[in-house]
Amino acid sequence: MSSLPALFGVLVFTFLLMRVLPGDPAVFFASGPNAGKEEIEVIRKQMGLDKPIPEQLLRYLYDVGRGNLGKSLMTGQSVTTDLRERLPASLELTLTALFIAMLSAIPLGVIAALRPGSIVDHGVRLLCALGVCVPTFVSGLLLIYVFYYLLGLAPDPTGRIDVFTSLPPSRTGFLTIDFLLAGDLDGWWVAVRQLILPALTMALFVIAPLARITRASMLVSLGSDFVRTARSVGLSWWRVVVTYALRNAILPVITIAGIVFSTMLGANVLVEKVYSWPGVASYALDALLSSDYAPVQGFVLLMASIFVVVNLMVDVLYGIADPRVSI
Amino acid sequence: MASATLRHALWILRGNRLTAVATSGVFVLVAIAILGPSIAPYDPIASSVSEALLPPSLLHLAGTDQLGRDTFSRLLVAARLDLVIAVAAVGISFVLGAIIGAFCGYAGGRLDRSVGRFVDVMMAFPLFVLAMAMVAALGNRVENIVIATAIINLPFYTRFARAEVNVRRNLGWVEAARASGESHSSVVLRFLLPNVLPAMAVQMSLNLGWAILNAAGLSFIGLGVRPPTPEWGIMVAEGARFISTGKWWLVAFPGLALMLAVLCFNLLGDGLRDILDPRMRT
Repeated sequence: MSSLPALFGVLVFTFLLMRVLPGDPAVFFASGPNAGKEEIEVIRKQMGLDKPIPEQLLRYLYDVGRGNLGKSLMTGQSVTTDLRERLPASLELTLTALFIAMLSAIPLGVIAALRPGSIVDHGVRLLCALGVCVPTFVSGLLLIYVFYYLLGLAPDPTGRIDVFTSLPPSRTGFLTIDFLLAGDLDGWWVAVRQLILPALTMALFVIAPLARITRASMLVSLGSDFVRTARSVGLSWWRVVVTYALRNAILPVITIAGIVFSTMLGANVLVEKVYSWPGVASYALDALLSSDYAPVQGFVLLMASIFVVVNLMVDVLYGIADPRVSI
Repeated sequence: MASATLRHALWILRGNRLTAVATSGVFVLVAIAILGPSIAPYDPIASSVSEALLPPSLLHLAGTDQLGRDTFSRLLVAARLDLVIAVAAVGISFVLGAIIGAFCGYAGGRLDRSVGRFVDVMMAFPLFVLAMAMVAALGNRVENIVIATAIINLPFYTRFARAEVNVRRNLGWVEAARASGESHSSVVLRFLLPNVLPAMAVQMSLNLGWAILNAAGLSFIGLGVRPPTPEWGIMVAEGARFISTGKWWLVAFPGLALMLAVLCFNLLGDGLRDILDPRMRT
């Protein structure tokens, strides 16, 4: 709940962003570059730009509340529509990446913690040290070089499907799920092949912090009394490590996963650019570079809202992982 | 006195090989940043079309780009800009964060709690997105990359200084300073801040790597530094167009430079932290 004030803060921030940005919004909406002074003045009145700033802020909050984020000059559509069209692409990418990262980081951290000081442990620590140093855009490009150019395993790194495949009927917006729902396995494979490299790029970037915290927290939990007791009464290895030790070690991992997710939302910008992925981040970036500010504003707001939702989810997961915590 | 400190530092480094390597790495980086333009074998912006897109060879150690510019020379010259952006940004947020954090930690109470809450929430927000938006608002210039990077780093220092000052505010020597008639701001600035500076320096070293990545990321997406200025992030962005035709050196070498720079700062920070406070090791 503590993140709700932050959302309000971001609302005010994006409002100020719009006000201090170079250029007069009224000129943007005028008929053309040579619109007369009177015309601009009329538009300014219509847009409420002649009102005092606090009143403008209230009007802005009212608009946002009704889902009106303004219009994109680039696409000519409302920003809400544009974002809605592109959000599934970004979410599909980010969630797949988070899934891959968790699936590899937790076992790595557990293995490292089981044999501290061993070669495996040092290997994992080296991997973590290197993992945080490689910029996402570099690792993404190098993956393209290896898997597309050298090995020919990956498809052309542009977009979500190749030009020969037709889109499935849109139900969830997640292409891999839509293809499955439509029963089109060939199409599904095309979508998965396009998805795997960008998702891997993003996962590589966040495996390090996740594995590191899993290792640290597993070390504490493996050294505790209840694990020693569980071992001494002869419970199976799996029971001791996974049921008892890991369950108790998972709380910090969930916290970091929440933080990692928001880092990934930022890293989306870089990965989507590298792979020409048609998501919200590349949309905002294109808009930013062509001085079209309404989409940027909408994008920052969208990110903030996702961030609030993720924080709430982390709180709920906390309650599930540790029954002593109540929301 | 100075030589004793130096000897002590060398003695510590002998026990921490990795930290020693990282320290020399940072020195090399700084040397390249200072000497870059004078030791570069070629002019970093002179193009020669006949030599475009050559793979690495003895003549061009890191190959040439689409305009025939020597990648190795560009890498050397770029070190200064990359380092200056990161150091300036981290420096600004260090000074501001330390002062804000120290005063909040010293004052305590409601203001302190709300600043703390605000900082916690801000740290979890997608900071890169925030930086992007700020560069958009302030204008697409290098100074604004520095400002944006400084602002997104600010919460880390504020939180750190606040926590460190908070545990010290009621210690005996602080009481003594107050009792001897020092004003509150003098207690914070002349007594508490110098005391937390070493710990904050560690934080700064850990943060520099992150700042370098952030600035490079911003220029990779086309914000801040403009071509033909050599800068690692831009060099990767320019090389990206040629990666699917197999011109790997245009991405790999600037990428490697970024990676090594970040690695050195991170290892140095880890090493310093272990020396100052071994309990914080993970």
